[in-house]
Amino acid sequence: MKRWKLFLPLAFFLILCVLLYKGLFLENKTELPSALLNNPLPTFQLTTLGNPEQTVTREDVTGEVFLLNVWGSWCPTCRAEHPYLLGLQEQGVRIIGLNYKDDRTEAQQWLRHGGDPYQFNIFDPQGKLGLDLGVYGSPETFLVDKAGVIRYKHVGVVDNRVWQETLKPRYDALQKEAAP
Amino acid sequence: MTVSCQAPRWLTHCLLAVLTMFLLTTARATVIDSYEFASPEQEAQFFRLNGELRCPQCQNQSIGDSNAPIAQDLRREVHRMIVQEQADDATIVQFMLDRYGDFVLYKPRMNTTTAVLWLGPLVLLLLGLLVLWRLVRSHRSQTSGLDEQERAALKKILDDK
Repeated sequence: MKRWKLFLPLAFFLILCVLLYKGLFLENKTELPSALLNNPLPTFQLTTLGNPEQTVTREDVTGEVFLLNVWGSWCPTCRAEHPYLLGLQEQGVRIIGLNYKDDRTEAQQWLRHGGDPYQFNIFDPQGKLGLDLGVYGSPETFLVDKAGVIRYKHVGVVDNRVWQETLKPRYDALQKEAAP
Repeated sequence: MTVSCQAPRWLTHCLLAVLTMFLLTTARATVIDSYEFASPEQEAQFFRLNGELRCPQCQNQSIGDSNAPIAQDLRREVHRMIVQEQADDATIVQFMLDRYGDFVLYKPRMNTTTAVLWLGPLVLLLLGLLVLWRLVRSHRSQTSGLDEQERAALKKILDDK
C-alpha cells in the first residue's frame, strides 16, 4: 500500500469537519432562497392602505426600480426597521409598502405616528399577495426591477449594514439597466 | 396477602401510563383547526398534504403540526384548493413549490440541486464496498504470496523435521 493512502481517512475527516462547521455555524438557516427570484411580480388586485376605494394592480407599481417592503403594525421587527426606511426615503429610494395581514385603522395610525416612508401601501389584509410572494414572516423586502421582475429578496430587518452591503449595490445596478 | 395487595397498585401505574399516552395523542391532534369537507377522500387528502408540506417558518414541523401563522395560512389555502377547486395533490404541491421552493417539501424532488441528497448516500455506499473489496483482495494475495523458491524452502524445512 502506498504511503499517501494512509492519509485518506484524515483527509476525509477534515472535509467532514469543514462541512459540519459550515452547516452548523455559517449558514443562515432561517433564511430561505426565494422561489420567485428572477420571476415577475405576481399579479394582484387590492386597494391602497390610504383609500379603500382606490384599486391598485401590478401595473400601478411597476415601471421603475423599487423596494417592496412587507410589514404590519403588529410586527415588532418591522417597527425596528421603520426609522431606517424613513432615512432611505429621504435619500430618494422608492419604497412601496405591502401592508400584510393588518388592520387598516391600526396601520394608518402607526404611519401617522411613526412617519411614512412609503410612496403608497398595498393593503393585503388576507395575506393573498403575501402568499403569492412566498412571504413567511415579516419584515421582508423585495427588490423589483424596471420590468417588474423580482431580482432580490431580503428577509429580516433592513439596517445600514444590509443596505450598504447587499441592497444598495443591487438597487444602483438596476437603476442603470435600460427600461424595457 | 401482601402480594395480592401490590398487584392492583402495579396495575394502576400501568393504566396511568397508558392513559397518559392517550392524552399525548389527543394534544397533538388538536393543532388541526376544524375544517369541513365534502367527502372523506377530501379529508384524507387534506391530512396527507398537511403532513407532506413543511412549514416555511418553523422548519422542523409540517404545516399540519405547526401553529405558526404561516402554517395556518397554508392549511387554509390547501383546504380552499381541495374543497373549492377540487385540486389534486400535484396541483397543490406545485402551487406551494412556485411560492416557497423545494424547501416546502419534506421529500424533495429529484433535480440538479437535490441530486447530491438523493445520490450521495448511494455513492458513499459504493465507495465503501470498493474499499472493502480491495482490502479483502490485497489481504488474500498476501497470505498465499509464496513463489516457487520459497515453497521449496518451506517444504525442505518441514521435511527435515
